[in-house]
Amino acid sequence: MNGRKVSLRVIALGYLGVILVAPLALVVWRTFAYQAGDAWKALSDPETVHAFKVTLEATAIAVPLNTVFGILCGLAIVRRRFPGKGLVNAFVDLPLAISPVVVGLALFLLYGRTGWFGHWLNAHGYQILFALPSIVMATVFVSVPFVAREVIPTLREIGDEQEQAAHTLGASSLQTFWRITLPSIRWAVVYGVVLTTARCLGEYGAVAVVSGAIQGKTETATLRVQEEYENLNTAGAYGISLVLAAIAVTTLVLMSIVKPREERV
Amino acid sequence: MSISVRQVSKRFGEFTALDEVSVEVEAGSLTALLGPSGSGKSTLLRVIAGLETPDSGSVFIEGVNVTGRRPQDRGVGFVFQHYAAFKHMTVYQNVAFGLSIRKRAKDEIRKRVDDLLELVQLQGLANRYPSQLSGGQRQRMGLARALAVDPSVLLLDEPFGALDARVRAELREWLRRLHDETHTTTVIVTHDQEEAMEVADQVVVMHRGKVEQVAGPVELYDSPANEFVMTFVGQANRVGDAFVRPHDLELTLEPNGTTSEAMIERIVHLGFEVRIDLVREDGERLQVQLTRDEAEQLELERGQIVFVRPTRQTTFR
Repeated sequence: MNGRKVSLRVIALGYLGVILVAPLALVVWRTFAYQAGDAWKALSDPETVHAFKVTLEATAIAVPLNTVFGILCGLAIVRRRFPGKGLVNAFVDLPLAISPVVVGLALFLLYGRTGWFGHWLNAHGYQILFALPSIVMATVFVSVPFVAREVIPTLREIGDEQEQAAHTLGASSLQTFWRITLPSIRWAVVYGVVLTTARCLGEYGAVAVVSGAIQGKTETATLRVQEEYENLNTAGAYGISLVLAAIAVTTLVLMSIVKPREERV
Repeated sequence: MSISVRQVSKRFGEFTALDEVSVEVEAGSLTALLGPSGSGKSTLLRVIAGLETPDSGSVFIEGVNVTGRRPQDRGVGFVFQHYAAFKHMTVYQNVAFGLSIRKRAKDEIRKRVDDLLELVQLQGLANRYPSQLSGGQRQRMGLARALAVDPSVLLLDEPFGALDARVRAELREWLRRLHDETHTTTVIVTHDQEEAMEVADQVVVMHRGKVEQVAGPVELYDSPANEFVMTFVGQANRVGDAFVRPHDLELTLEPNGTTSEAMIERIVHLGFEVRIDLVREDGERLQVQLTRDEAEQLELERGQIVFVRPTRQTTFR
């Protein structure tokens, strides 16, 4: 029994080590070990700073949008009955199933000069492609599922008795949501937000297609990594990667510190 | 009448939960809705609370037609089988919830909650979370929470169903005392006939979405309206067309003309009473209930042949 437990643990940790930790550690090591100066130079480059700004802007718009959508969508799927519910449930997962590049191409077809919406929008002076709107749209699309996927099982698990109790005690639907439902699912929401944030920061494929990666304008942090790498400035690429990874890891660590143990519902 | 349910029907898909049910509940009474699972008793309670919408029929509370009203506008207190405690709130916050929704003054809330916590014997546990309470304590908190808003009617859905037998008996007795003090019109749903008989003034027996009988505990036991009530409320032996309660069977060691012969299959000692399972020659099984003294006098043994005679029986139709 005990030996089996130990070997399972070794396999799990070994797998994580090879797949996850080793590459991350390598990034850290390469950044600091030999090319810390070069990395810093690449990071302090105004174009890199701008690239981070674009990424953070897109994230700052996509995360709140998808948080609200995810919660509403979860409530609708778990608590309501409506025709087409199964379809909605399946569609929420679509961004996980479709390659981001395909998403980018779809946006391109819609908003390009000859696209369905693009034609009209261009004629009225709105620039969607190769500008922030398309980057935001791509980021929002690829990060749709995370909050909903965290919230749905939690809503199922807590059931609706507490909400019914709140109603019988005089609470309106809105009061019930703010005072009962939301506090009960808060850790699922927080976890969903963390995952959404991580996904937004890391988005590459869809954004690569629609943004045009214009330096200092529509280049995001991940596109910047690619750019530096292609220009054989590996130190810069490592440096930017490290910052991206650090943001993601920090949010995860912060969450696990804040989240009380007994509330792992 | 405090609650008046008129011709209420409710279907869930193919299943008829309530079939034209009409029930009257007197103000200040304690009424039990009694029936096996699937009889519609919980659905009826939830229709009264507004947690289910009836397909047809109407519900009146204190003379007002509340059929179309949302639960939050009905002024009912509801207690759930699985407590429905607000897990992220303390006991105090749970009980104060209804009052804080009604935006009562802080001092008023504090006083009311303190009084209620004393009433349900949870003083000192105000700052605990529901997860730190026992099942019985949680349910008393649920009761205090429902009572906090001075509901015109208190509705309890199998409130003690998830508790162990001893706590259940305790809370049952305590609920009856509480009702005698507060006189809040109360409806309690239960599948446990003993519980219904013990706490209620009036028992509404339900079966397959219909009301079988409405009566006080004594009448229900002594004059059941039909076979279902006879067999569901209390034990009954079927002897031909008639029904006989286990304590209405007389056991003798000698035949006397009107008796029939049977063999003792099992003797079960239940403290003060003794239950004897008999098999008659024709293969029919009977249960006889004796006091311990009676059983000892007869010196009964397993496998022994005895003679049995009904002293009182009930026939329907």
